[in-house]
Amino acid sequence: MDYKVMIGLEMHCEISETKTKVFSGAKNDFSEYPNDSVKPIDMAFPGTLPTVNKEAVRMSLMASMILGCSQPEYLYFERKNYYYPDLPKGFQITQETKPAPIGSYGEFIYEHEGKKKKARINNLHLEEDAASSDHYPSGSRINYNRAGVPLLELVTEPDFRSADEAVAFLEAIRNIYRYAGISEADSKKGQVRCDVNVSIMDASLDETNPENWGTKVEIKNVNSFSAVRDAINYEIERQLNLLNSGKKEEIEQETRRWDEESGTTIHMRSKVDAIDYKYFVEPNIPKFKIKKEWLEEIRKSIPRLPYERKETYINEYGITDYDATIIIKDKKISDFYEECIKLKADPKMASNWITTNLLGNLNKLELEFDDLTLTPKMLKDLIDLVESKEISSKQAKEVFLDILTTGKTPQEIVKEKDMKQMSDEEEIVKIANEVLDENPDAIDQYKKGRTNVVDWLTGQIMKKTKGQANPTIARSTMATEIEKR
Amino acid sequence: MTYMDKSIEEIHEALIKGKVTSKELIKESLEKTKEIEKKCNAFVTILDDAKPVEVTDELLSGIPYGIKDNYSTEGILSTGSSNTLKDYIPFFTATAIENLTKKGAIPVNKTALDEFGMGGTGTTCHTGTITNPWDHTRMCAGSSAGSAAAVAAGVYPYATGSDTGDSIRKPAAYCGIVGYKPTYGMISRYGLFPFASSLDHLGALTRSVKDAAIVVDGMKGIDKNDMTSWDSSNIHLYDSIDGNIKGKKLCYIKEICDINNYPNADNELKEHLANFMDTIEKCKKLGFEVKEESIDQTLLNALPSVYVVISCAEATSNMSNLTGFIFGPRAEGESWDQSLKNYRTKGFSPLIKRRFVIGSYVLQAENKDRYFHNAQRVRRLLVDEWNKLYKKYDAIILPVGSGPAKKLEGSKDILDQNTAILEEHLQIGNFGGFPSITIPNGFIDNLPVGINITGKCYDDINVLNIAYAIESSMNYKGQVVKEVK
Repeated sequence: MDYKVMIGLEMHCEISETKTKVFSGAKNDFSEYPNDSVKPIDMAFPGTLPTVNKEAVRMSLMASMILGCSQPEYLYFERKNYYYPDLPKGFQITQETKPAPIGSYGEFIYEHEGKKKKARINNLHLEEDAASSDHYPSGSRINYNRAGVPLLELVTEPDFRSADEAVAFLEAIRNIYRYAGISEADSKKGQVRCDVNVSIMDASLDETNPENWGTKVEIKNVNSFSAVRDAINYEIERQLNLLNSGKKEEIEQETRRWDEESGTTIHMRSKVDAIDYKYFVEPNIPKFKIKKEWLEEIRKSIPRLPYERKETYINEYGITDYDATIIIKDKKISDFYEECIKLKADPKMASNWITTNLLGNLNKLELEFDDLTLTPKMLKDLIDLVESKEISSKQAKEVFLDILTTGKTPQEIVKEKDMKQMSDEEEIVKIANEVLDENPDAIDQYKKGRTNVVDWLTGQIMKKTKGQANPTIARSTMATEIEKR
Repeated sequence: MTYMDKSIEEIHEALIKGKVTSKELIKESLEKTKEIEKKCNAFVTILDDAKPVEVTDELLSGIPYGIKDNYSTEGILSTGSSNTLKDYIPFFTATAIENLTKKGAIPVNKTALDEFGMGGTGTTCHTGTITNPWDHTRMCAGSSAGSAAAVAAGVYPYATGSDTGDSIRKPAAYCGIVGYKPTYGMISRYGLFPFASSLDHLGALTRSVKDAAIVVDGMKGIDKNDMTSWDSSNIHLYDSIDGNIKGKKLCYIKEICDINNYPNADNELKEHLANFMDTIEKCKKLGFEVKEESIDQTLLNALPSVYVVISCAEATSNMSNLTGFIFGPRAEGESWDQSLKNYRTKGFSPLIKRRFVIGSYVLQAENKDRYFHNAQRVRRLLVDEWNKLYKKYDAIILPVGSGPAKKLEGSKDILDQNTAILEEHLQIGNFGGFPSITIPNGFIDNLPVGINITGKCYDDINVLNIAYAIESSMNYKGQVVKEVK
């Protein structure tokens, strides 16, 4: 039997770009001090009520549009009821599929290994995050800063056939959230968390019938993309091993959890123990009519997204698909590139500098993009210095490294290092003749036919000028001057 | 000379004219509080340190009042009459109380209630049973039992209440006073300990319709902390009471008021309904057009179950924040869930636990459509029926309960099937969010009884005017308790 792997994703991403939390007036920031951004409702003091943050709704609607989902006519929220220490109200305000959430049934095109792939979105909903807890041997501590932070949950159909495909999709979505100004989507800050569904089906059966998909296993709380890849691959192998050893019935519908340390998935609960969340519509939030005009306004305000930018880079700026792909991979780099172009830097030169020198050196120097001392203006000036032949491209690389380490402007560095390339031909003629005067033997050899002595003589010009002479001019000057002897 | 048994207008005039000071009013109110505390057990907290305030043009300035103990009050014990919050001192004040404070109102005590408002007898408070000041062998009804007893006994001219089914309007009838809950959302619920959010109303217990208007004028207003509140700044209840009822139409409902519906009627019920019909005759003489209407008996019979299902479902979720971790006396336990279980098991009265069980049951996935969703459908049908009547009539007038206050001995919070509709019909006011007011309309066995007037949403002025006209035609305005035994 041929197998086909069915992978579905649930991606939770905090909306980090609103000023306040989603149903609370507390600040939505990533505070390092515990319980610093907390209002009474975040700790569920009796009598507190939720109020909806319109900005979080706006951003969610924008995400819904980008993901090709349909938006509801009325906005409703629901209560998901369960007890847990990190959930002070005893329920989470979220959305279910009925009434319709912020986004329903969309399609999203992403790239994997150079090919365009389609993933169907089942739904996108807006909800509140729970508090975070830290566990110590002596007990646990709860930090309510995260309680009530807006969270977007995206649920896909099982449209991925490999771990790499799933991760490529997640990376594309993360990028969308960043480009649209919705979230930093930073896994290190715990802003992105995933649940993964994996099942294995008989490849000969009809894929459109969910009954043929095989027994679905859910893996919860996978908190980085590399963990998503590892968890999926582990789970595929575990299920395949069971299938291949004739233990198909041992694959049960269950929820497992990814254990980072052991690199395995561990059983949490079976389908029969599934929690009944007793959903019902949140009565403290009146249903809210989403006006068409507002939706139009939001649609118009969607920032240029990575794939749109890529097209511009290739078609208008004439850079390669490969380079364009590298630049759009990170919004900060892409923004930097566009800033250079706004300053009228040569698009190809700027792209070359960014994809080769900038990214390479960031890695080498272990620098974060945010720590970068190089500004688009500096890069543009550096490119201009080379263009106008004031410095050589070799010198430019040295200047570039100095900018990264010192933060000085290219002009300052060129001046300090007395680096200006000598392009004054009269001056070079003068130096060339000095060199010839000092090396009569070389002239003799030249006249005997050893023309390559010109290169050595050019090198002498460079030596005398401490490398500042324009090498091309130096060589042609030497070739002319030696003929005159 | 006493003042606390007078109307707000009279007390205000005395203050303005300097016949009495705010300080003297507080002293009188506190003395009366202590007397009634001994007799009726009506209070959770007595605010001996209440301070006088400057008397201004505001009618409420300098005048003492009582706060139901399910209102959050900063720095003042707020228990909801529950052991689960017996030591809870909030750090924020309910918006309605803030509004009263701005008008110069002075709280002198916090009144006891059925635990978290979830009862109709005044017998489930953690401080014990509240007795009816007219007859201490009888109940006040609930849940605003302490507020009703205190106002009836002349502790102050008014106290705040909350009303989820009839918790203001029924105790008002049993205690011979006025109980008014305005349209849903006119008064912010922020800071009211929730029972069932979609049914919870705030309101006032007073001894006259005008006083009720003055107090609700002081409590109401849109609040950014309550999304269901609305702007009523153009509505001035007190100023709009002119007693003009020309051309006003009323109706009563045959299936509720006709004595022939109750073959086993006792004398109290017979007298009560006969007295109600006398009031109807008075209304006609006043110039009202009054008609009898008929409502589908099956629909009416469903009313109590609809209330139980919806209120219990919302309550079980609303009170999931009571875990003893963040506030309340934390219980012992080997693990967090054991501790939570112990806290809730020991803290709640059996009645509440019964309601939580019902609430959980009707929300379970396999029961939700049959119970919870159907209850919501029938709620809608009932509200539609009432709204149909409001197309023809200005208000619906009905008797409150099946007679005067019931005996405490042998009282159970369980309904007599025969008179269920008489006891429960006020809940429609909560289903629809309708403005609804109870006023006294006579005595049976020397115990007060009342009628209720309910109008359509946002039509509070009309309802108050009608109530004022009827009140003015009878001799019960401003009455204080004349003890029976």
